[in-house]
This record gives sequence, C-alpha cells and structure tokens, in this order.
Amino acid sequence: MSVDRDPSPEFAQYAHPERLVSGDWLEANLGAPSLVVVESDEDVLLYETGHIPGAVKIDWHTDLNDPVERDYVQGEAFARLLGSKGIARDATVVIYGDKNNWWAAYALWVFTLFGHEDVRLLDGGRDKWIADGRAITTEASTPTPVEYPVVERDDSVIRAFKEDVLAHFGKPLIDVRSPEEYSGERTEIPGYPTENALRPGHIPSAASVPWARAAAPDATFKRREELEGIYLGDAGLKEGDDVIAYCRIGERSSHTWFVLTHLLGFENVRNYDGSWTEWGSAVRVPIALGSEPGEAPRR
Amino acid sequence: MTERDLPPTLAQIRDDFLELELQTRLQLLLEFANELPELPETYREHPDLLEKVEECQSPVYLFVEVGDDRVVHLYATAPRESPTTRGFASILVQGLSGLTVEEVLAVPDDYPQMLGLAQAVSPLRVRGMSGMLGRTKRQVTVKAAALS
Repeated sequence: MSVDRDPSPEFAQYAHPERLVSGDWLEANLGAPSLVVVESDEDVLLYETGHIPGAVKIDWHTDLNDPVERDYVQGEAFARLLGSKGIARDATVVIYGDKNNWWAAYALWVFTLFGHEDVRLLDGGRDKWIADGRAITTEASTPTPVEYPVVERDDSVIRAFKEDVLAHFGKPLIDVRSPEEYSGERTEIPGYPTENALRPGHIPSAASVPWARAAAPDATFKRREELEGIYLGDAGLKEGDDVIAYCRIGERSSHTWFVLTHLLGFENVRNYDGSWTEWGSAVRVPIALGSEPGEAPRR
Repeated sequence: MTERDLPPTLAQIRDDFLELELQTRLQLLLEFANELPELPETYREHPDLLEKVEECQSPVYLFVEVGDDRVVHLYATAPRESPTTRGFASILVQGLSGLTVEEVLAVPDDYPQMLGLAQAVSPLRVRGMSGMLGRTKRQVTVKAAALS
C-alpha cells in the first residue's frame, strides 16, 4: 500500500510529480505505516551525526554495491537489505541525502533496477531539510524487519553497459561531468582523484551538461521550463529521444537520469554506470578531446 | 619498520578498532570525528597556510609544524558534514602529533589499511586517509629539511 502523493502545486509542472515530496509533506507523513524514509549520503557516517526521525540508512558502497565484483548487489542481497530496513515491496520509499541528492538519486535508480515501484526523492535533500529547521535526531532507528521478495535485477531498461554505448552512436549521449573532465584537462573531479581512468576526454558526440545545472542553489530541482531550456535547448534533446547519460561512476548521472526520466518525461533514458572510469580505461574505444562533442564514429 | 614497531599511539588506535565488531568500528570513527580539535587561532585566521588534500572526497586541510626539537604537530580541519573525513584526520592528528620527524616518516604508508575499516566504510574511502598520511609526510619532509 502506498502513501498519497504530495499534491504541492510546484511539482505539478513535472512529468511525474509523484516522484518528489516536499519537506512539509514529509513532516506531515512521518510515521505513516507504509512509508519508509531512507537517507543515502556520500559520507558513510553523516547519517549517524543526525537524520530525519525514523529514517534508515542505506550506503551506496557498503549496501548497494557487490563487495567483490564491480556491480550492484543481486536480488537476494537486495531483498535482505530492504527487509532488514523494514521496507516492504509495496512500501512508499522517500530517499534523501547530502550533496544535492546525488547519492539519493543513485539509490533511487538502483531501487528502480529492482522494480521497486513507489520510490521518491525529498526535494532539496538533507541540506534543505536542515536549513528549513526541521527535526533531526541521532537516535538510532529500529525498523521492524519485513519479508522483501527476491526480485531479479533488470539491467535491460535503465542501465547501459559499454557495449550498449558503442551500439548507441548516432543517438544522444549526455556527459554530466565537469567541463574540465569533459575536455580532458583532468580525469577526475576536484577532490575525487581516487577513482581514475587511464585516459582523459569524453565519449565522441556526447553533449556536455554538468549535472549541477539541474539543481537550484537550495538543492531543489529547477523548474521544468529551465530544465527544458538546458536539456532540450542547449543539449538539443528531442521528445522521444533514446538517451544515455554517464559521469565517472554513475552517481552524478543518476541525478540527470532522474531529471530526464521523472521531471521531463523521457521514456528511454539509460544510465551508463561504468562511465568514465570504465570507458577511459577500456582498450580500443573512441575518445574525443577538447570542449567540442566531436563526431560519432561510423559503424 | 616492522608492524610491531608502530608508534604506541598508532598501535593503540589500530588495536581499539580491531577489537570491535564491524558496525561499532563506525561508531569509534565517529567519536574520532567529534574529537578533531579546533584549529589554533593562527590557522583559523589564515586558511591559506593550510594544504588541501586532493585525495579526499571532501575538503580537508592539513598543516604540519616541526619544532626545533624535531617534534611534529599536525593540525587539520574538515567540515562537520564530512564526518568520515574528520574521523580520518582526527586519527592522524592524535596518532602522529608529538612524534619525531623520523618516527612520522617511518609510519607505514598502509597504516590506514590496518584499521579494519575497508569493509565498514569501503576501500575507496580508506584511500582518502592514505592521501592525508602521504601529504602529512611530505610536509614533514619539507619542513624538517628547512630546519637543518
């Protein structure tokens, strides 16, 4: 059973307004029996310093990634994780996190790989919740474990692999990294050099749209009109386009995937989570340098 | 330097982590984060004196002092929103301060890997602490050279 959607008029402009909730809505619905609030941050300890009352923590490294292979967890581990957090298959899940909801969007995308239907983002994430003076607590949440069914992950719809990108040339690609990473001046974002690639640059023909362009200064999403100006105007996407977004490891591009899919209503958007750490280290794949997209290789 | 030659402060911190369950190790790291001392006033007013550690996911700044007695003092600051980074910095501040130049330089580069945190916080995040240790040693080398 799911919780009613947030009827806030400011969300009505988006293609899927049911995917966002406001602080007011969340505050009013905290404690609803079929609602689980999940905090997902870049920093593995941030949750422990204070979180929304009753929220559970899901960490992108230690919970969602397979500990051995570079992949997400399989159905059994995902079912164990969600069950232990008190999340039933039909629960409404609201995810929020630090850094403009980067990791929250990443977690939402992984939930979607497993077909969890009702998963939403708290607009503005952790920072806005705290800036608005709403309650946080360090009291540990004690969810009652539930049974979550073992569901096979479906990588075919919203996830792209390197081979998919090679077969995609001629259709739009969005590179959401910083302009310096795109042009090839550097292989990593400032402050994140621990995840490197052997070669700098971008995938030929990809448009450069740094993810942060979709975020307003208060970490909420920009209005639809502005988003259309960026993605349809500047990046040249057209309605109905089949799009692949990538970044460095797939976290910033999850944010863009969310914007394109749920706010602008594109139905065929895939996130290439191998992203530059795979492409920039792969053998014999085309790379473009400089600030121009470059030509898609003919196949 | 063999492992049993770790300076006592660093050995103690390692043992404290290793005797805990995985989840409780995170709690201990959080305690370290909360214990990171405020910067001395000189550095609060002159953030330009601090060196940014690029290997860390979150901004962290370090400053090393080497006294005439060749004793090292380490200062660090990182935002409250980055408790993991603060925890790593705090471990180094507590574990290295008061050691001599030679003792700091002899600390094994893989000390961060000895704390049993790879599973609790992920190997990638632990690498941030290796970056801090490397920067600290480099500053110690430079400042010790300036003394002699």
